[in-house]
Amino acid sequence: MTAHPSTHHSSHQGATGALPGKYLTFTLSKESYGIPVLKVREIIRLCPITPVANMPEHVKGVINLRGKVIPLVDLRSKFCLPISTDTERNCIVVTQIAAAGGGTRLYGVIVDGVEEVANFAIADIEPTPDFGGAIDSMFITGMAKSGTGVKTLIDLDKISAVDGTIAIQALGLPSSSHAS
Amino acid sequence: MSTERFEIIGKAKKVIQQIGLELAFVDSVKENGIDGINELVRQLEAILGGSEPEQIRAGMDAVRQWIDERVAIDNKLSSVCIARLGDWQPWIDAAVMSWEYQLSYPALPEGWKTPEVAPPAPAVDAPNTAGAPLAAAAPRPAARTAELLPEQTVDVVPPDSDPEMLQLFCAEAQDLLQDIEQGVLVLEVNPTDSSSLDSLFRAFHTFKGNVGVMKLMVLQQLAHELESMLDAARRGNYQLGSDSITVILAGSDILKRFVGELSNQIAGVDAGRTIDLPIPQLIHDVHALLAAGSKAPAAQPPAAVKPMPAAPQAEAVAQAPAAPQAPSAPQTPAAPQAAPAVAAAVEADFAAIFHAPAPSPAAEPARSEPALAAPAAAVAAPVAKKQAASQQAAAPAVGSGIVRVDTVKLDGLIDLVGELVIAQSMVVQNPELKAITSAHLSRCLGQLRGITSDLQRTAMSLRMVPIRNTFQKMSRLVRDLALQQGKEIVLSLEGEDTELDRNIVEELSDPLVHMIRNSADHGIEMPEARVAAGKPAAGTITLRAFHQGGFIVIQIEDDGRGLSAAKIRKKAIERGIIKADENLDEREIFDLIFAAGFSTAEKVTDLSGRGVGMDVVRRNIEKMRGKIEIDSVEGEGTTFTLYVPLTLAIIEGLLVGIGEERYVIPTLSVRESFRPLPGMVTQVQGRGEVVSVRGRLTPILRLGRHLNTPHTALDPTDGIVVVVEAGQDSRCLLVDQLIGKQEVVIKSLGEMFRHQTEFAGAAILGDGRVGLILDINALVKLKSRNNGEAA
Repeated sequence: MTAHPSTHHSSHQGATGALPGKYLTFTLSKESYGIPVLKVREIIRLCPITPVANMPEHVKGVINLRGKVIPLVDLRSKFCLPISTDTERNCIVVTQIAAAGGGTRLYGVIVDGVEEVANFAIADIEPTPDFGGAIDSMFITGMAKSGTGVKTLIDLDKISAVDGTIAIQALGLPSSSHAS
Repeated sequence: MSTERFEIIGKAKKVIQQIGLELAFVDSVKENGIDGINELVRQLEAILGGSEPEQIRAGMDAVRQWIDERVAIDNKLSSVCIARLGDWQPWIDAAVMSWEYQLSYPALPEGWKTPEVAPPAPAVDAPNTAGAPLAAAAPRPAARTAELLPEQTVDVVPPDSDPEMLQLFCAEAQDLLQDIEQGVLVLEVNPTDSSSLDSLFRAFHTFKGNVGVMKLMVLQQLAHELESMLDAARRGNYQLGSDSITVILAGSDILKRFVGELSNQIAGVDAGRTIDLPIPQLIHDVHALLAAGSKAPAAQPPAAVKPMPAAPQAEAVAQAPAAPQAPSAPQTPAAPQAAPAVAAAVEADFAAIFHAPAPSPAAEPARSEPALAAPAAAVAAPVAKKQAASQQAAAPAVGSGIVRVDTVKLDGLIDLVGELVIAQSMVVQNPELKAITSAHLSRCLGQLRGITSDLQRTAMSLRMVPIRNTFQKMSRLVRDLALQQGKEIVLSLEGEDTELDRNIVEELSDPLVHMIRNSADHGIEMPEARVAAGKPAAGTITLRAFHQGGFIVIQIEDDGRGLSAAKIRKKAIERGIIKADENLDEREIFDLIFAAGFSTAEKVTDLSGRGVGMDVVRRNIEKMRGKIEIDSVEGEGTTFTLYVPLTLAIIEGLLVGIGEERYVIPTLSVRESFRPLPGMVTQVQGRGEVVSVRGRLTPILRLGRHLNTPHTALDPTDGIVVVVEAGQDSRCLLVDQLIGKQEVVIKSLGEMFRHQTEFAGAAILGDGRVGLILDINALVKLKSRNNGEAA
């Protein structure tokens, strides 16, 4: 049942990195993405954000999660996706990611909307298609087919380790390539 | 020290040990075995491979010469050669150890370079010459004899116990070692101080028990030997001299090294690696000292050695209250009840032996016998009293209710309490709640406020520890420094009971070491120079701690030569730190010694004077939001004053508003704040704006603009100027409004914000939102870079 894509997928390069199991799927500007549900601490509604000056565009600032100060990242800006104006379903997914010095830390991610917790069997998950670049497979652990379409499974540990933005779109994931 | 060198040293030591073993088996009659030794020496040469310092190389050359000579003559060892090798092996061992610890090398004995055919007079003297310089530099004991030990070090395999137990062991061992070191330093001044002898004896005894549980037999033996030495001293069969003090310190150094290594291994560094320790040598030294020392004072009757008149004041104070009580001890129920019977009985063993004379002013030798038979309570009472009075936390104290708690848990608790306090203020200040006019509600809220602030105080006090331990480490440092430099330095400690947050105490240790070194190295003059200047030959460094206005003040005061403003100024100009025509007052000049790359010492020593020390000190102090000041009178001495916050977890902050956002400025950095009048602000061409603050032109930093935050104070006269200072620099921060003062719990911003320089952390404000704490040091420096000089 456990899914540890971050620790396992690098060992089988080129093959499907994502392990079968439960994934939380969410939308970012009309696309569906999934992260292992074990990485998710909780989902909260948007709350007052304290911006931190002179940080990259995708770092929205910090929030108070019941006494803990945690950073908040907008994955849409991080992936250079358009930011929709609809804020009704926007929420913050609080995730636990590996810290550089060992252990885990909390990391808030703004998403357009949370879809569901889906169970992906091994047959549902396909390796990342070769888009011609090497970088994409670093952040994408696989593609999962589900009834409603294809979900891109991403590795938040790797993504958070990169300070700048990641142009997933430009790397060959235009919506036409796998949209339902 | 490079790891490569460590490797070489490690391998070399093993081969040297093997040579020692080989030598032990060489039969001086048959004179065989040259091949084995030659092979080992060859191995040693290969290991060193030219990387060794010249002193060691000289020794290697000598041994190569002897062996080659023997090989050329008859390929057999001669008795002269065996004797020489016997001297050489401990010498090279000592030399390699000097290399490892960067100590002074043992001198190459006279005559080693000459061929054997004309042997110089007494080769037997060699090891003594070899040992002497090494001993002066520590940590090896002085007493070396010509007798060759088969093994110089033993490999101790770290115990394979459950890590939690090991951690407990290490924590306790560190406390014990601290007590040992402190006790030894007292004994050095007053070798008959019986309370120190007792606490030292007990500490070694406890240590022995602990390592015994860990099945570390070698360490147990070491502790046992030192314990018996102290026991002999306690009983008056042995007089502690400076040799024995050095041996005890060397012994505690070995134990410390073991414990240090062990805790590293628990933390996962090289787990399971064996630790080699020069224990046999030390045990040998202890035996030698005991053998030599026991004869001298033998004439004295045992009881006379613990003479009450000779006892130091501490002892007298400690025992005075005990005296009247002891006879009626059965009526004082506290002591026996607190301790389990077994513990009391064990204590009684010790106590009877050395506390028995205390209740009776007329001490007689036979006195200890009846005391031993007395009920445990009678004996336990003076022990408890003594400990309370002398504040020695050394022994496994009778009924001391101490719980060891993981600091992570403790920090978590304190964090939560901090949050509770803030949550409480959120409730109390809630406007909807305020609208309710109910006497009952406001009473309840008042009670809630009272309890939370009590809780906060209690929680904070959990992490408070007296600064005693840190100060005591300095006594050892001063002792070593004085010895090394041939100076006489007395360290006097004041206010060791002042309590500070544990984290601050840890952070303080390094800066204090730097500053004490600085005082001992540059401050205190050589004895001759001091006498010539009309001062006592022994210099005094005073280390003082006290509370002042919400801060802990720590002063390091020496009565040395003081700072010379003229010299500092000259040097600063030479180094390009200031311009030649810069107009600075004395305080500003003194502050220059904190500038990076500044050194006033004419002679650079390995201790201080590289000019990196003081700026690091200041950085460390400022990192914990403290500050540092200097006062000095040339020829009379220097005083460094550190102001550090009581705790790292909570600061008092000035809450300022910029547009919608609120920021926290630590109050320690704030000098003043005011609304500038139109005439006060001047535009400097190409430099920005400056405002005149008490006659000094101070540049303005428009925070709103700098932080890219929408702000309302477009003109300085519309906003408030907060004058902040860090080090010598001060700046005016322009903000929209002042909101108030508030105590905030500091939270780290975390990894993601490690590259930003504007903020020192974050805090949860009264309304639950996050407020950012400005990093004043960075803001002040940033501005000075962009804006040229200030005044």
